[in-house]
Amino acid sequence: MTLILTPNMSDADGFYEDLITAHDGLSKAQSDRLTARLVLILANQIGARDVLKQALCVAAEDVGAP
Amino acid sequence: MNAPLVDRYPLAFRLYPYARSGDQDAPTATRHPVVIVGGGPVGLSAALDLGLRGQPVVVLDDHEGVGQGSRAICFAKRTLEIAHRLGAGAPMLDKGVVWQKGRVFHDRDEVFSFDLLPEAGHRCPAFINLQQPHFERFLVEAIARANAAGAQIDIRGKNRVDGLTVHDDHVALNVMTPDGPYDLTADWLIACDGARSPLRDKMGLGFDGRVFEDNFLIADVKMKASFPTERWFWFEPWFKSGSSALLHKQPDDIWRIDFQLGWDIDRAHEMKPENVRARVDAMLGTDIEYELEWCSIYTFQCRRMDKFRHGRVLFAGDSAHQVSPFGARGANSGVQDADNLGWKLDLVLRGQASDTLLDSYCAERVAAADENILNSTRATDFLTPKTEVSKTFRDAVLSLAAKHAFARPLINSGRLSVPAVYDGQALNGPDALPGGPARTRPGAPCPDAPLGSGYLLDQLTQGFTVLAINCTAPETGLHNLTITAKDALGAISDRYLGTASCAVYLIRPDQHVVARWATADAAQIKAALIHVTGVSQ
Ligand SMILES: Cc1cc2nc3c(=O)[nH]c(=O)nc-3n(C[C@H](O)[C@H](O)[C@H](O)COP(=O)(O)OP(=O)(O)OC[C@H]3O[C@@H](n4cnc5c(N)ncnc54)[C@H](O)[C@@H]3O)c2cc1C
Repeated sequence: MTLILTPNMSDADGFYEDLITAHDGLSKAQSDRLTARLVLILANQIGARDVLKQALCVAAEDVGAP
Repeated sequence: MNAPLVDRYPLAFRLYPYARSGDQDAPTATRHPVVIVGGGPVGLSAALDLGLRGQPVVVLDDHEGVGQGSRAICFAKRTLEIAHRLGAGAPMLDKGVVWQKGRVFHDRDEVFSFDLLPEAGHRCPAFINLQQPHFERFLVEAIARANAAGAQIDIRGKNRVDGLTVHDDHVALNVMTPDGPYDLTADWLIACDGARSPLRDKMGLGFDGRVFEDNFLIADVKMKASFPTERWFWFEPWFKSGSSALLHKQPDDIWRIDFQLGWDIDRAHEMKPENVRARVDAMLGTDIEYELEWCSIYTFQCRRMDKFRHGRVLFAGDSAHQVSPFGARGANSGVQDADNLGWKLDLVLRGQASDTLLDSYCAERVAAADENILNSTRATDFLTPKTEVSKTFRDAVLSLAAKHAFARPLINSGRLSVPAVYDGQALNGPDALPGGPARTRPGAPCPDAPLGSGYLLDQLTQGFTVLAINCTAPETGLHNLTITAKDALGAISDRYLGTASCAVYLIRPDQHVVARWATADAAQIKAALIHVTGVSQ
């Protein structure tokens, strides 16, 4: 399986709003925990080890300055 | 109350100079069927619509014409179709700059592009850019033409409404003029008096929503430039004139430039011409010559009234709802309010519909306002992330989008105005056309399509239309439009038949679909019509 890098989501705007709203009122530490938990939940949903590996590579491509 | 009349803004066009009206000398307040307060794009559209339907209309505006200072520039296809129906569309299309494509940049890289009308076969383009004063001038000129042909639309300049009393069956108004005050009464009042609506305040009605903590510097510059007529938008632009920037062409070699400045700014300092110029120079380069035509700093809000109908008073346009301009949903949605209201109020005034039809104005346009507020709020939140985490996600989207297509639909610099579909609304009738396209379901605005040597929308009348495709429309006394197999090839078939072989549509006077069937008899059509008007004809 290969990682999907073309648009694959319905209602992208709605998802993005939910994602941002989920962090409303949280401290930095809480937000980081939310993001970590979400990544783990989505990873389980994806399941395929090779896809997850490719996703990690793409995510790490550009994380900017320290 | 009754303070002297002082202009709150300079005029671009003095179109309706104050002229004393007979009502000012009447011993008792004259009663009019419809009074509209506010001669902005929405009040003028409503006046023209009702006037063309034969209703005498009085429009009261506290100025003598259209204000200077460019606000709206982007007018959408649906607005142009409405203007066309009202006889004001052609000059708008002539003068406006037609566009349909947009590009979004992050720093120097293009990260996203869009095409708002990828299909052919529509009279009107996806968008034109036209300065709001011209848009309003063309409406006033169409009103003059309508009046010459018998309409009775009376625009009264320098007539400021200072007070109103709402009764069960009429509204009483106190109006201030250069000759002093006078009183008027109206069976129905349409409040199109803008976002600061004095009428809304006088009625003690709320206007709640969100203020966005950001300032936008808007500069219109005059220059000869060869940039394409596309909407160009930058997040974190390399030229650093703002945290975002916009460049968009208008008629007469004017370009709209827009910089996002942030929340804590010194307005007076930022408005100094040399400081505005420094930002523009950084964007355009120092070798381009330009004049600063006009500039202003705005903060934006998204809010609406709870209800747009309060007995005999109907709110339309910015007085009822306000959005941030990212998406051009302000004037465009206000003109659709007028489009929705005109035929309903006309039928009520004629006694051909029960006044509960006006509650559907409120329900349908509140739903549309919520859609517009949702879209413009999302865009503004993307532009101005309000927390550190949302900024982190925003920046992640932008950095991924440069390389990976999947992130591009998440980029939001404004989702541009499209008409609302009145899904689930009380006026909708049956959707009994198996295989019919979703875009023409009950509640949807009719998409245009070529027909004969013209266009489909031109064949819809000011009243209800029964559109029959590949079959004969039953006799109902309504206007019938029959399209046969050979004309129904192509666009009409794609947009109205889908996989069906024939169809009957009942279409409202504002060109939204009431109901559709594979075949329908007169009784079915009449039932759907009675369901709309609440009255058996
Ligand atoms: C920077 C900017 C850019 C924008 N860009 C776009 C765009 O590209 N596309 C778009 O669709 N929209 C845009 N908008 C929004 C658009 O300008 C408004 O939605 C539109 O003007 C609303 O029209 P209106 O008729 O409801 O109100 P207004 O245009 O505000 O008109 C109200 C009228 O009522 C009159 N009035 C007020 N009080 C009284 C009184 N007591 N008595 C008599 N008369 C009175 C006023 O003088 C005025 O003439 C933009 C707005 C801004 C600020």
